[in-house]
Amino acid sequence: MDIKADKVLDCKGLSCPLPVLKTKKAMEELKSGQILEMIATDPGSKNDMEAWANRTGNPIVGTKEEGGSYVFFIKKS
Amino acid sequence: MADKKKRIAIIASKGTLDMAYPPLILATTAAAMDMEAGIFFTFYGLNIIKKSTMNSLKVPPLANPAMPVPMPNIMGALPGMTAMATMMMKSWMSKAKVATIPQLIESALESGIKLWPCQMTMDVMGIKFEDFIDGVAKPVGAATFLDFAADANISLFV
Repeated sequence: MDIKADKVLDCKGLSCPLPVLKTKKAMEELKSGQILEMIATDPGSKNDMEAWANRTGNPIVGTKEEGGSYVFFIKKS
Repeated sequence: MADKKKRIAIIASKGTLDMAYPPLILATTAAAMDMEAGIFFTFYGLNIIKKSTMNSLKVPPLANPAMPVPMPNIMGALPGMTAMATMMMKSWMSKAKVATIPQLIESALESGIKLWPCQMTMDVMGIKFEDFIDGVAKPVGAATFLDFAADANISLFV
């Protein structure tokens, strides 16, 4: 998947709730339409990021798994 | 996407390390999900926002059969066992890179979560407003919490 991110957030190794808290903070620095690439290793983040995106209205426009990491591309609404 | 802002109201009544986490994790995550959150700290829960205790909350091994090290429960009463249980949990948590209690409180204050100390239990336990970390809300009573909780979508007692 080729998505160009405007900002990358590394949450590897972090446990709940830090990936969500840091994602929220990072998104605040983006403008509408820009994309955040968030990388996590917490297996719970797969469901949690979906719930977060659904609740805040910032869609996840792409995901991938590589080498034990989960990568989320989130578009700022 | 939510139509109107959701709200979560939590009562934190316990002052042990393991019971300090759920209210703070849920409130900070709720704020990150664009919800409004408030925590009412009462009885031993006040220790979570008290400067002198927030960094040294403990895990009680006594009467806690879920302790992972198999031992007769009564041994939890021995001197040093509480310190040992606390050290164990802290070391797992730092390995898993779980946020610390002070970190979560900082995040809570940053995101505008209301942290209300309970006035009645402050009086009972001889705790002054200056004993709390900066940023906590003015002490309130049951009616203020209930007024907030009456319009909440989620209410929890911890």
